Amino acid sequence: MKKPNDVILQTVTTVISFIIILFSINLFFAGHYTPGGGFIGGLMTAAALVLLLLAYDVKTLNTILPFDYRMMTAAGLLIAVLTGAGALLFNQPFLTHAYDYFNLPLLGETSLHTAVLFDIGVYLVVIGVTMTIIQTIGESE
Amino acid sequence: MEILMSIVVGVLFTSAVYLILSKSLLRVIIGTALLSHGAHLLLLTMSGLKTGDAPVLLDGVTSYTDPLPQALVLTAIVISFGVTAFFLVLAYRAYQELGTDNMEEMKGNESND
Amino acid sequence: MINLPLLPILIPLLAAVILMFFPKRIKAQRFISLLAIGATIVASVVLAAEVKANGIQTVNLGSWPAPYGIPLVSDMLSVLLVLTSSILTFFVVWYAMIYMDEKYESFFFYIGVMFLLVGINGAFTTGDIFNLFVFFEVFLISSYLLIVLGGKKAQLRESIKYVLINVISSALFVTAVAYLYSVVGSLNMADISQRISELGNTGIVTVIAIFFLMVFGLKGAIVPLYFWLPGSYSAPPIPVLALFGALLTKVGVYSILRTYTLFFTQDTGYTHEILGVLALLSIVVGVIGAVAYREVKTIIIYNIVVAVGVILYGVAAMTPASLEGAVFYLLHDMVIKAALFLLVGIMIAIAGSSHLKDMGGMIRDYPRIGWTYFVAALALAGIPPLSGFIGKLLIVQGGFEAGDIVGPLLVLISSLLVLYSAMKIFMNGFWGTPKEYHGAKAKSANRLWVPAAALVLIAIFYGVGTEAIRPFITMAVEPLIDPAIYIEAVLKE
Repeated sequence: MKKPNDVILQTVTTVISFIIILFSINLFFAGHYTPGGGFIGGLMTAAALVLLLLAYDVKTLNTILPFDYRMMTAAGLLIAVLTGAGALLFNQPFLTHAYDYFNLPLLGETSLHTAVLFDIGVYLVVIGVTMTIIQTIGESE
Repeated sequence: MEILMSIVVGVLFTSAVYLILSKSLLRVIIGTALLSHGAHLLLLTMSGLKTGDAPVLLDGVTSYTDPLPQALVLTAIVISFGVTAFFLVLAYRAYQELGTDNMEEMKGNESND
Repeated sequence: MINLPLLPILIPLLAAVILMFFPKRIKAQRFISLLAIGATIVASVVLAAEVKANGIQTVNLGSWPAPYGIPLVSDMLSVLLVLTSSILTFFVVWYAMIYMDEKYESFFFYIGVMFLLVGINGAFTTGDIFNLFVFFEVFLISSYLLIVLGGKKAQLRESIKYVLINVISSALFVTAVAYLYSVVGSLNMADISQRISELGNTGIVTVIAIFFLMVFGLKGAIVPLYFWLPGSYSAPPIPVLALFGALLTKVGVYSILRTYTLFFTQDTGYTHEILGVLALLSIVVGVIGAVAYREVKTIIIYNIVVAVGVILYGVAAMTPASLEGAVFYLLHDMVIKAALFLLVGIMIAIAGSSHLKDMGGMIRDYPRIGWTYFVAALALAGIPPLSGFIGKLLIVQGGFEAGDIVGPLLVLISSLLVLYSAMKIFMNGFWGTPKEYHGAKAKSANRLWVPAAALVLIAIFYGVGTEAIRPFITMAVEPLIDPAIYIEAVLKE
């Protein structure tokens, strides 16, 4: 098989995937009060990883990011479920969240919310599931 | 706007039914994707399309946008995303295993003949 | 503990997540699954006691007050169904440990079963119509995983149809919810019920009722929407089939039972008439299928259609007696269908084929299995004092009270033919000339018998102990007859 000429794609990808991932993290935190959040952030991170996958191949991606995406899904689910179940300890209904305002160094007054933990779980699940699906189709070829 | 959206939903449903009734498995899957798009759009339309108001419900506020349909649609989209992905993988496996993507040739049931 | 109604959902969910970390370690998987289901059963029993003592239990997720948030509502009906599902799953998983090849087991089988239980218990418990959709999807996606398990050619082919049918019905579910939401502007089931009764009798509500009947009918396999059932259910391995046959269609039936007693009570002359006719047609078609086939799995699968018809006929008649009968029969049918599938699975394991022509004279080598099957078959048909009797009696009584003659007679005649179809398996499989068997799993037949026999034992107890169980059933039926009880418990006005 002729080796495809994808120099441009590979060069651009190396630069752009970082920008996408950074933006996805920005989106993730923006979700606190404005549009964004774990789902869309995770999807965008997954998109960056898929771009890497397209430009290189499964093996290269595994060398760059040696994650087991199934474990990532499980870990994300565990975080999300435990955050929800944490309310049980205080005899509150499931999924009840707590938040308060704190004065943090550098950041000033910041609102900290347990929903962020839940969202981290969602973020990991979305990346994990998307990458598992892509890899399942990709590997068998 | 609601009228326009209703027509779009109708077109989506029609195309979906047409595609689902075709023989190629890939077309069937695209048909189910269109069908769920139609259903999601319907969900959004049926609860009223309103723009310009904030999605809050406070005492005394009479004009607000209902935030619920968007939450529902997002949930439904995520679910149909997952199911479509699964369906594609399944179809791909079936194509490899059975050597065909033609629904006509997938009719038989060996255990019952 | 205000989160009690949540525990039967949360425990399997947590177990499923934990199991995902080590999918290949089968021993740990088995142990944790059984432990989690055991804990679920305990939680359900505690919950049942709580509901019995203090009435309907609700929990508003995330502390959002009803009718804005998502409530979980455990009335007696939900609790009994949750308890039955958990017990069934326990024995089916036990059976699966002996029956399934290790290759299947390591392929996310237990994770799938756990998520299936999450979805089913959730669907039985939730008090929000959209959340019902979400839980439907949870157990459907797990069932997609379980049905392709093994990946044989026939399985792949049938599972494509199964997935396709369910994707379409999910889209219709969303559509139906969209219509309902635009008419009543609420998703909380108690609130919907209240608002529909304020609306009065309008045509659009009737349309929505029929829409929901289509959606749930597709899952519950009523005529004419049962066509996917025989093909799809014959594909997966027996333990999975037992779970599907005992639980999945029943969720559809439960949803019809719930919506048709809580929401759509305005124009019963139209909606419940249609439901009744479809239920009777299901009985007829199911019986024809069960009598005609000579393939053991298919016979029992068609019996699912019969049972769905009988239960829904009780719902359609809408008298207190028939509703009570429907609930009785619903619980009975879950247990006995699981037991029958497991027993038939043993026969298939012995004979290495699922066709009656390859079986015969099994009672010589396996007397225990034969007589257990005999008892299960009698219970299926509703011979007193076994478990199917009281349910059918009340349904027939309710049908006559509602002024119907054809319906109750059909239910009675169907019992005879159901008995014939089940006895056909017994006569051809256990009696007759003994044959040489080459089933690969014949050796484990006696170990497989234990969980199946336990289920039959539960069915016997359920029948003989009817007097003791009746107060629970009566309590389960109360909110069905008078939705105000349900509404008051959820909205707390």
